[in-house]
Amino acid sequence: MNPVGTVAVVAQVVLACAGAPWLAGLMRQVRARLEGRVGAGPGQPWRDLRKLLHKQPVTATGTGPAFRAAPLVVVATAVVAAALVPLVSTRTPVSGDADLIVVVALLALGTVSLALAGLDTGTAFGGMGASREMTVAALVEPTLLMSVFALSIPADSTNLAAIVTGAVHDPARLATPTGLLAAVALVAVTLAETGRLPVDNPSTHLELTMIHEAMVLEYSGPDLALIELGAQLRLTVLLGLLASLFTPWGIATGTGAAALVLALVVVTVKVALLGALLAAAEVFLAKIRLFRVPELLAGSFLLALLAVAASYFLTGE
Amino acid sequence: MNAIAPALAAASGLAAAGSAAGLVSPERLRPALVGVCTAGVGAAGLAAGGAALGGQRWSASLPDLLPLAGVHLALDALSGLFTAVSGGVIVVAAVYGIGYSRQGPAGRGVQAVLPLFAWTLVMVPAGAAVSTFLLLWELMAASSLLLVVAEHRKRAAVREAGVWYAVMTHLGLVCLLIALVLFAARAGGETFPALRAASDTLSPAVRGTVFVLALAGFGSKADMVPLHAWLPRAYPEAPSHVSALMSAAMANLGAYGLIRTAFDLLGGGPRWWGLLAVALGAVTAVYGIVQAAVATDLKCLLAYSTSENLGLVLIGIGAALLFDAGGNCALAALALVAALLHVVNHAAFKALLFGAAGSVVRATGTRDLDALGGLRPRMPVTTALFAVGALGAIALPPGNGFISEWLLLQSLIHGLAAPGVATAVMLPVAIAAIALSAGLAAAAFVKALGVGFFARPRSAAAARAHESPPTMLAGAGLSAAACVALALVPGVLADGLGRAAAAAGLRGAGPTGGAGAAGGGPIGGGELRLRLTELSGRLAPLWIAAALVAAVAAVLLLVRALARGPRRTGAPLWACGAGAPTARMEYTATSFAEPLQRVFDDVLAPEQDVDVTPVRESAYLVERVRYQHRVPDRIEHRLYQPLLRLLARAGRAGRRLADGSVHRYLGYGFTTLVAVLLALVVTR
Repeated sequence: MNPVGTVAVVAQVVLACAGAPWLAGLMRQVRARLEGRVGAGPGQPWRDLRKLLHKQPVTATGTGPAFRAAPLVVVATAVVAAALVPLVSTRTPVSGDADLIVVVALLALGTVSLALAGLDTGTAFGGMGASREMTVAALVEPTLLMSVFALSIPADSTNLAAIVTGAVHDPARLATPTGLLAAVALVAVTLAETGRLPVDNPSTHLELTMIHEAMVLEYSGPDLALIELGAQLRLTVLLGLLASLFTPWGIATGTGAAALVLALVVVTVKVALLGALLAAAEVFLAKIRLFRVPELLAGSFLLALLAVAASYFLTGE
Repeated sequence: MNAIAPALAAASGLAAAGSAAGLVSPERLRPALVGVCTAGVGAAGLAAGGAALGGQRWSASLPDLLPLAGVHLALDALSGLFTAVSGGVIVVAAVYGIGYSRQGPAGRGVQAVLPLFAWTLVMVPAGAAVSTFLLLWELMAASSLLLVVAEHRKRAAVREAGVWYAVMTHLGLVCLLIALVLFAARAGGETFPALRAASDTLSPAVRGTVFVLALAGFGSKADMVPLHAWLPRAYPEAPSHVSALMSAAMANLGAYGLIRTAFDLLGGGPRWWGLLAVALGAVTAVYGIVQAAVATDLKCLLAYSTSENLGLVLIGIGAALLFDAGGNCALAALALVAALLHVVNHAAFKALLFGAAGSVVRATGTRDLDALGGLRPRMPVTTALFAVGALGAIALPPGNGFISEWLLLQSLIHGLAAPGVATAVMLPVAIAAIALSAGLAAAAFVKALGVGFFARPRSAAAARAHESPPTMLAGAGLSAAACVALALVPGVLADGLGRAAAAAGLRGAGPTGGAGAAGGGPIGGGELRLRLTELSGRLAPLWIAAALVAAVAAVLLLVRALARGPRRTGAPLWACGAGAPTARMEYTATSFAEPLQRVFDDVLAPEQDVDVTPVRESAYLVERVRYQHRVPDRIEHRLYQPLLRLLARAGRAGRRLADGSVHRYLGYGFTTLVAVLLALVVTR
């Protein structure tokens, strides 16, 4: 049991939870500046959360435990995933169990619980959002596991710590066709999973197009605060995962305390940069039709399949 | 002292007693008596299978019981696993059936056949000779057929389902008969040890034929596409506890037969066996779950989900064959163990889901998800039970299905080391198929739970629903407990599964011996974790569940502490200011599945029919619009219907041959005899 590892887990969970609203604020701010607006500043999501926490919780009539539990489950799954992903250190008490498939499945569990909550309300919007969300989630799954497969080939394991450690010690494997194709596929999947453009527009409330927002329409007050935090946390964890997998430099692989502090700073910078890049890219994108989303996902699946094929044929076995 | 023999004897005795009770006891007592005896059969099967999994072996030869062949029985760890799974499912279904039969299939015939069917489910894995095995197999098929048509007086669809099931199961039997008889004839003996000993001396062509025919025969029982046509009819139309037995126990025996034949008796084979099995498994998994995702009939959805899960098992078996052919025994054992664990998990959650679905059908009189809804406040326990089962079925943590799919993925991901370009192409495809089926399973079960149980009732029948009697809840509760146990501490099964894989001829450790692994199996179960002994990878399902619970509690406490607002209150749903939303505004199962149906348009080929009737005076004024939409089983549509039409035409043409003239019939016989003699003269 190394105390530094324990500290690392606690630090990255706290950092993810505290930083997630800042990340969302930063992305909105970048977007606002690029669109020529002043923006509300990166602290706005935090102020929104505080405001929502001070409101009266309201439960829609006729809803049951699924509706009440969903915000908690969304945040809880994202928190557990944040603890498992090696954001700052690969030597933590949980790194042995930090399986990439488990992380992916945990985030999917949050999606499922939100979809159930959407159906539990029994409104047309809830059902619509749940139906669309599950459609996208179902189609994302093959790409996701194919990328996992591609990434796990060089490390011969799906353990996240093993993959990241291997990449730190052998950075060349990131620049192979396998690594690059898997990165592109995983980025596309991240966009779909977190409901960003071009799959879903997080800032729209237009009935005909919304996916995520339709499911959570009945939430208000502290419940809505949790839903918002959960969505931001998922984005942070997935961006952190991308950062750890494809730019693993700076992550502590030893047990030193100094490396840990450095890693915390580095991961903050990396995730903030990724978020800013994503926000900048979103300015130039329009949301695509729901029934074009499968084409996007099929494309990213093809890339992931190519990644696996490349790793087989290029290693010359 | 060997516990297997007395347990199997007890199962036989209890089955006989149950059948007798079904025949002679008064109607009031009948379900309880039969249920208790059947549950006893299941418990005895569980005990026998458990003992075999624990390492005991038993075999018996009763030469006088049947003329000519005699009866040969044996139980090793592999058959013990399936006997135990059958036993467990039987206990659940029998307890559930006590309450279920009270107001339903309580007739003499049905109640007398039920214990017999249960007994065959326990005994089929114990058959250790071709004749014994096939006899038990056919007894199982025939008794299940009688149970499927139990409610044939109530619905016409039951009769049709019965005919489909009878024909398909007997076509499967014909395949098995040819395969095993061919094998026995070439091997010069019909007991399994004799077949095992002679398998190496057979020519590759004979071995290949035996494998393909066995795959077809056992695959038709294990819901393999394209031989699945009977299942969307038979499972929904059977009484629900029979559906549970068929889906969670009988379908497994198809997998058992395939494992027994391919690994144990034939001793593995060339690479194309594995590739064929993986390909068929992938197609079955995806096709089954796509159909489940768009199904609106609750039991039909569960039936197709069975097809999906058995497809995953088939992928595991195929991968094991593939790795075994490549000489990677450790990986093969891991794939087989994953398949076996998935059999166990699927049995647990599917028995539960069919039980809960049966309660819904009993309470509302409909299986149509579009007419259900609002069951949560009316049937809270059933809803909770269904939710536990659905969590297992969607393969996400902390459900039990996740663990076996994780193992299966691990075996495939590490399998790229196996040689061959075909392998390198097939493994990613198999992984994609597993992933897609997992994603679609989530959609299908979110639909089943969210539309079927949550929100407001969509019909008067659903609004009148009430909770089921305690025996039904107890039966389903038993399988829910099994699901939870399998989800949290799957490690306890690790040794048994390792033994089962070893009994199939796959030792987890290679010839040099993998040191340190308990029992030498491919997965270790100690310290509340699952570890792959030969590869790097471990899973801690208990810790994941505990972490989730702790995180939920922490978030809840934190929000309670930070929230400053007044106490929680209720408010009406938002309906865009149009007053209270009615049930017709709710999303239905059809509308929920519509995007998926559009995405898989080319696979499903749905049929739409719009029928506009204008008023007589003007073509522009519409009097009535009839809209019909259905998603037919495309394989049945494209493969079976033309075949059936052809057969019908041949039958009509053949009628001309039989005009009633005795002379002509004698002429046929004479011509045939001469033709056969000529053929013999020419070929010899």
